[in-house]
Amino acid sequence: MVTLEPPIEQLPCENLIYSRPESLAEIQTHYCPGCTHGVAHRLVAEVIDELEIQERTILVAPVGCAVFAYNYFDFDSAEAAHGRAPAMATGLKRVNPNSIVFTYQGDGDLASIGIAEAIHAATRGENITVIFVNNAIYGMTGGQMAPTSLIGQVTTSSPTGKDAALTGMPMHIAEMMAPLPGVVYSVRRSLHDARHTIQAKKAIRTAFEAQIQGLGFSIVELLSSCPTNWKMTPLDAAHWVRDEMIPVYPLGDFKVAEPLQNKNRSA
Amino acid sequence: MSKELLKGNVAIAEAAVRAGCEAYFGYPITPQTELLEHMSKRMPELGRVFLQAESEVAAVNMVYGAASAGVRVMTSSSSPGISLMQEGISYIAGSEVPAVIVDVMRGGPGLGNIQPSQADYNQVVKQAGHGDFHPIVLAPSTIQEAIDMMVLSFDLAEKYRTIVFLVLDGAIGQMMEPAELPPMQEVKKKRPFWALSSQEARRTNGELPQKNVITSIHLGAEALHKFNEHLQRKLAQIEANEVRYYENYMEDAEVAVVAFGTAGRVAETAVKTLRAEGVPVGLHRPITLWPFPEKRLQELADRVKAFLVVEMNAGQMFHDVREAVGREVPVEFLGRMGGLIPFPTEVEAEVHALWRRTEVLEMHRP
Amino acid sequence: MAKGRILIDVERCKGCELCREACPPDVIALADTLNSKGYRPVMLLDPQHECTGCALCATVCPDGCITVYRESVPKPQRKRKQPAYPGHVIPVAA
Repeated sequence: MVTLEPPIEQLPCENLIYSRPESLAEIQTHYCPGCTHGVAHRLVAEVIDELEIQERTILVAPVGCAVFAYNYFDFDSAEAAHGRAPAMATGLKRVNPNSIVFTYQGDGDLASIGIAEAIHAATRGENITVIFVNNAIYGMTGGQMAPTSLIGQVTTSSPTGKDAALTGMPMHIAEMMAPLPGVVYSVRRSLHDARHTIQAKKAIRTAFEAQIQGLGFSIVELLSSCPTNWKMTPLDAAHWVRDEMIPVYPLGDFKVAEPLQNKNRSA
Repeated sequence: MSKELLKGNVAIAEAAVRAGCEAYFGYPITPQTELLEHMSKRMPELGRVFLQAESEVAAVNMVYGAASAGVRVMTSSSSPGISLMQEGISYIAGSEVPAVIVDVMRGGPGLGNIQPSQADYNQVVKQAGHGDFHPIVLAPSTIQEAIDMMVLSFDLAEKYRTIVFLVLDGAIGQMMEPAELPPMQEVKKKRPFWALSSQEARRTNGELPQKNVITSIHLGAEALHKFNEHLQRKLAQIEANEVRYYENYMEDAEVAVVAFGTAGRVAETAVKTLRAEGVPVGLHRPITLWPFPEKRLQELADRVKAFLVVEMNAGQMFHDVREAVGREVPVEFLGRMGGLIPFPTEVEAEVHALWRRTEVLEMHRP
Repeated sequence: MAKGRILIDVERCKGCELCREACPPDVIALADTLNSKGYRPVMLLDPQHECTGCALCATVCPDGCITVYRESVPKPQRKRKQPAYPGHVIPVAA
């Protein structure tokens, strides 16, 4: 690690409070500055370290900005076809029931092209965890409209703003998943500031605990920022999540199965 | 073991079970559904994985997942379903994981019908998905052969870390014939070194618990070029080692009938009749459609005066025969589409005509 | 307040400044130098020793490039559940 000269000297008697989780590989991510994909990765890695499941975790990476997620985690990983991560995860989990299998998917991957695979994996109560990153846009292909884009949102494929009459209203995945019988945990969290990030981590932990306990399908929707394609500074993008996205995508617990309750109720 | 009367689809399913298939993912489609039905009963009985997926798209991606874990896994479908699976097939090829796919072909294009057809030849042999690759394609013509090929499929898939297609038309899937099933093989306990599994398990197996990644992405042009070169080398190795075909009456034949699958059976009947009539005709039946028995056909072209290709399509393998044989020797085509199976008498008539033409040509040759 | 300090992996930092926004005592600033990727990394600028080691900066860092240390006050470990030193407890999720 290269650091600038420590501006203050080592404290006389100090404890390490925070360092990079072990499950996060040493590689630098390709994400743009301020993109909260990095935060989501780090939270997942922290949870996997805390639950001590690094050796038996398998990631199924999506197609989208997180296509290289398998480079950034230090455990076995697969790279699925666009939207098919829940199907691939199903195959992996069914033949490796002792592994902890999770998919990491963006909104184009899960909410658009892969909605059938996601809904059916959820309905089957597939014992996998889905980390769903919603940034209301297609990041990797250069900022096109997503099913999760907000009404009026200007993107490279909705130059005059997303029109509900033409392309429909934003899709609420966490709410959609909740009533499905196989789903044991469906919540929405945000990554726009420290407080919400801490809450997001608790939710990710609960989702993985659900899988460890063999309860069924767990999904955490994370509101994430895309400063580059939103054409904002990272700070403005964080504020846009807070001021524009959260009113459309309310944070909350849409389903928390009985065995997971009393753990993490605040949104 | 003794022979029993078996239906094609069921025989193939049971052969897969006995070959140690650990997981099956599929979606119902006529005329292969009995295969899925048999699996739904047998796999859970043996504590193995059976899952009816929500679509062929999901089924093939579940196969991709299980194949990434290094287990013997398969799916089955029919022509329109294989079209849907092309995405996953290409990813499986790009990731070099072993998987077996059974295609019980039906008539197309579109919904077509549910009658037997060989119109998927180009789809599975030429372009089973985007990118430069070929699956190994096995085309049995009897139920016994289908059973044997099913077992072989898993072995070849694992040997070359590739997709193996077992293609048969609806006729072989649906008909009953006496055949002998293979002995029961145990499911393999040890997973291959590249498989995604518990790193802990790998350590106890005495292997390095390094991180395994299954992916088909190579972002740099140079890297993808290198990977493709590697893939091509592997395909060349398969071409050198795995060509399979069946021949009858070929030793002194002057006319060769080339046909696979059900068309191959019909052609063999016709060839036998013609031989009784004294016509010097033989049968060449490719068993591997890829790798195609190109070299053997080249050899035959040196001494055979004419070829007749019989297919249940508009002439797809015909072009491969044409290319192998060259322009010197005439290659004729007899095809039936839409679920029609050519009658032996039609083949006989075609061979007679071809034989007469060849003789006339011979007479006029200086 | 307990004292803390942070180390920043300047080669990994992309200068997004999310940590600056998160820092309660506002002791993080953009450096004047560039790293090898061409980003201006952040640095701890804390002449008054105001950093408490709360780790909120590390919590929001998308690139996992912040390591946090905090001054430790010797105390019996079992007492951690009922804070005997309220001044050392940082309300992380305020």
